[in-house]
Amino acid sequence: MISFALFNYWAVIVLMMVGFYALISRDNLVKKLIGLNIFQTSVIMMYVSFGKISGGTAPILIESGGHGGDGHGVQVAGDAAHAMRDNAEILYSNPIPHVLMLTAIVVGVATLALGLSLVVRIKEAYGTIEEDEITRMDNAA
Amino acid sequence: MTEAMVQIVDVVLLVLLAITGIAVIRTRNLFVAVMLAGIYSLVSAGLFVVMDAVDVAFTEAAVGAGISTVLLLCTLALVGYKESKPQHTPILPLFVVIVTGGALVYGTAEIPPFGEADNPAHQNVAAHYIHDSEDEIGHIPNVVTSVLASYRGYDTMGETAVIFTAMVGVLLLLSRGPLPKRVYHAGHWHKVKRGVTREDLIAEMEDEEVHDSTVVGGEDEDG
Repeated sequence: MISFALFNYWAVIVLMMVGFYALISRDNLVKKLIGLNIFQTSVIMMYVSFGKISGGTAPILIESGGHGGDGHGVQVAGDAAHAMRDNAEILYSNPIPHVLMLTAIVVGVATLALGLSLVVRIKEAYGTIEEDEITRMDNAA
Repeated sequence: MTEAMVQIVDVVLLVLLAITGIAVIRTRNLFVAVMLAGIYSLVSAGLFVVMDAVDVAFTEAAVGAGISTVLLLCTLALVGYKESKPQHTPILPLFVVIVTGGALVYGTAEIPPFGEADNPAHQNVAAHYIHDSEDEIGHIPNVVTSVLASYRGYDTMGETAVIFTAMVGVLLLLSRGPLPKRVYHAGHWHKVKRGVTREDLIAEMEDEEVHDSTVVGGEDEDG
């Protein structure tokens, strides 16, 4: 691990290019859409990598100050969490990329559904979902 | 978990993802490709957990590995499982991919190192959300929830609009709308009425061909 500082980004770029290659080199339209999905997942991975802080934890606050526990055990646990928070500031990873990528995942599925319904209609009209055959038919017609 | 362990898990998952991705490209059975895409989503969900994005992870596992796979399988039931052999050499796409990847790797030189707490991305509103969201939004421990539903509520509303638009598009495409429907068969486009499928048309035309005793057809049109 010579330079871990940028390894994550490079690996994500490799995945992105795998998806991109599937998108531009395959003729099958379903395969293209799978490639698009791989590309999209790797973009999400890129953003999540930006949000990661080494030694951090998920952005869910460990001690919620609102409720005072009435059981003794809960009280002790609350105190422990309080002490933990007071002694060392807990490091949370950045929540903003996570929020943005939640939106991106859902939108990605919406585009996938739209693309697949286009594929279904193309199959009905042309009888094939291979792009080169479709182009040949269009040129012949 | 120590940092070294996190890094090892991270590297192993990324390598698994690369292998799965390449397997998706290489297989010519679309059913296998769809299953591998589901595996890809699930492994990436694991990677999101390692990178502390638990909300993204369970959304990816449910939506990416679940719903996407179901949608793809439904499509395969309609369009068939076979992918034909690639007709052209992969040299040009490979060249484009390598050049693009090279440009992107060149671009990473400017990116601040992975995981540093003082990266610019963590400086502005992120700190505010983590420190004050509990008081401002009202005792919601999950900061992602607060940001998604409150601070960036308009984003979420826009997302709903996008999903609605996609849904309208899918419905328009899949219900036979008022569009004139054309079907390509035996070298010509044929206009067909509503409710007539490609199979009906081909069967009808083959009947006519038999009647005229001119056997010109015979291109295999099976899916």
